[in-house]
Amino acid sequence: MAEVVSLYARLVRARVRSQLQYRTSFALDLVAMAGITFLDFVAVLVIFRNVPTLDGWSIGEVAFLYATSAMAFALTDMAIGHLDGLSQLVREGSFDLLLIRPRSTLFQVMTMDFQLKRLGKALQGLAVLVYALTLLDLAWTPGKIAMLVTMILAGAVIFGAVWIFVICIVFWSVEGRETANAFTYGGNYLAQFPITIYDAWLRRFLAYVVPMAFVSYMPALFILGKEDPLGLPGWLRFASPAVAVLTVLGAGAMWRHAMRHYRSAGG
Amino acid sequence: MRVYWEIARCGYQRYAAYPAATWAGVFTNMVFGFMRGSVLLALYAHRDEIGGYNASAALTYTWLVQALIAAIYIWGWRELGDRIRSGDIAIDLARPVHPQAAGLASDLGRALYHLLFRGVPPLLVGAVVFELTMPQTPLAGAAFVVSVVLAVAVSYGFRFLYSMAAFWLVDIRGVMVASAVVATLFSGFVIPVAYFPEWLAAVAYATPFPAMAQTPIDIFIGVLSGTEAAGALAMQAAWLAALLLGGRVLFAAGARRLVVQGG
Repeated sequence: MAEVVSLYARLVRARVRSQLQYRTSFALDLVAMAGITFLDFVAVLVIFRNVPTLDGWSIGEVAFLYATSAMAFALTDMAIGHLDGLSQLVREGSFDLLLIRPRSTLFQVMTMDFQLKRLGKALQGLAVLVYALTLLDLAWTPGKIAMLVTMILAGAVIFGAVWIFVICIVFWSVEGRETANAFTYGGNYLAQFPITIYDAWLRRFLAYVVPMAFVSYMPALFILGKEDPLGLPGWLRFASPAVAVLTVLGAGAMWRHAMRHYRSAGG
Repeated sequence: MRVYWEIARCGYQRYAAYPAATWAGVFTNMVFGFMRGSVLLALYAHRDEIGGYNASAALTYTWLVQALIAAIYIWGWRELGDRIRSGDIAIDLARPVHPQAAGLASDLGRALYHLLFRGVPPLLVGAVVFELTMPQTPLAGAAFVVSVVLAVAVSYGFRFLYSMAAFWLVDIRGVMVASAVVATLFSGFVIPVAYFPEWLAAVAYATPFPAMAQTPIDIFIGVLSGTEAAGALAMQAAWLAALLLGGRVLFAAGARRLVVQGG
């Protein structure tokens, strides 16, 4: 295990070093990334220009959901966003190469790239978080601070596990790649708003089965000290790390299942 | 004329060759349709009307956006930019039809496929599940169809225009991303331009972007009708002419300084 971690760190360091060779270009990319994602938030601002609250959530509270989800998603996107290109490897048959190397295929796929510039998206999320906190005036306790850090990390892990789980579709249908977007980018969108605004069936599926509710909504109820209109058990507010572990196990099982299904295109 | 017809047909067939990709796209569009629809509906818990849209109009807007996304294609079109960078554009220059006109024909063929197979299914699902606002008269329906064709052409004109940057910059990734960001917001793809604060809406309407999505959607819903709709169609046509002309001028300038190695 320790060896895998150190190998991962070395590979990531190498990628980051190469991306930092052109400092100006990197800085511009970083700013561009922050700018693009800021547009999402403009949409939220425009919504709240027209109404005072969204299903009982103030602008500061929705901004808090948005910011924590955006930061978690940015971390995932930075680490494994290149998984969107997996269909290319499968179609060309170059995935075969990964099968003969002495590391797990998932490890190799995950370390194929690491886009530091996507940290720009996280910076945007951080800016929105600061904005949210200035509006909210929360009474901070050590527990809440710990929860804030935990929810972003657990959220990133949940996003990552869901991404790996759904991208496995390309082992059955290379063309089916876009289906995964509904869960990855779609999941990020879903987590940016209180889940109570969605229809019951959509909420049950995308918030609990694909556990996006645990990225931001559940832990946010604790930090913001809000009542849950759905009346779900209180301990669920602290369940995000456990959910993260479960999704990772699920993603791992799915990946192994997909590996048994992989048939080479003959690259 | 015959040659453009054939090019359009090829544009259609090129996308028709991947039906599974189409269904994957439809699925994703529908998931987003449900989610974005929920968010907009939550807005109407407080108000009956925002910027001329009632709840049904807002839902119609949401599902139309999802139905038009593939056809309008404002994200990630890099075909021409790549051809300029790789030098393949030299072959296009040797052809007897202007690359801009051939590209437009091909793009209209592609858009027809996307309208039929990525546009109609989500719209049908949206109409079955929700009470959408349908065009009030056959004339409004016809105006919507004309407006969609113009919207695709305006979008192509804009994509052609920003691709011209490849003659000077070689790598147009930055230009592409910046274009997509501005186009996404001002076209009304994220939220209706009618929801914008007045000054931002004024900025949007000074650009060609609303002509790519907001205009056909407003004609469909009936926010624009009669002479207003006719005026909006004329505006789309004017933007189309301006963008195509601008693209032509830049293409001529770029082609003059183009050096392609190899043989």
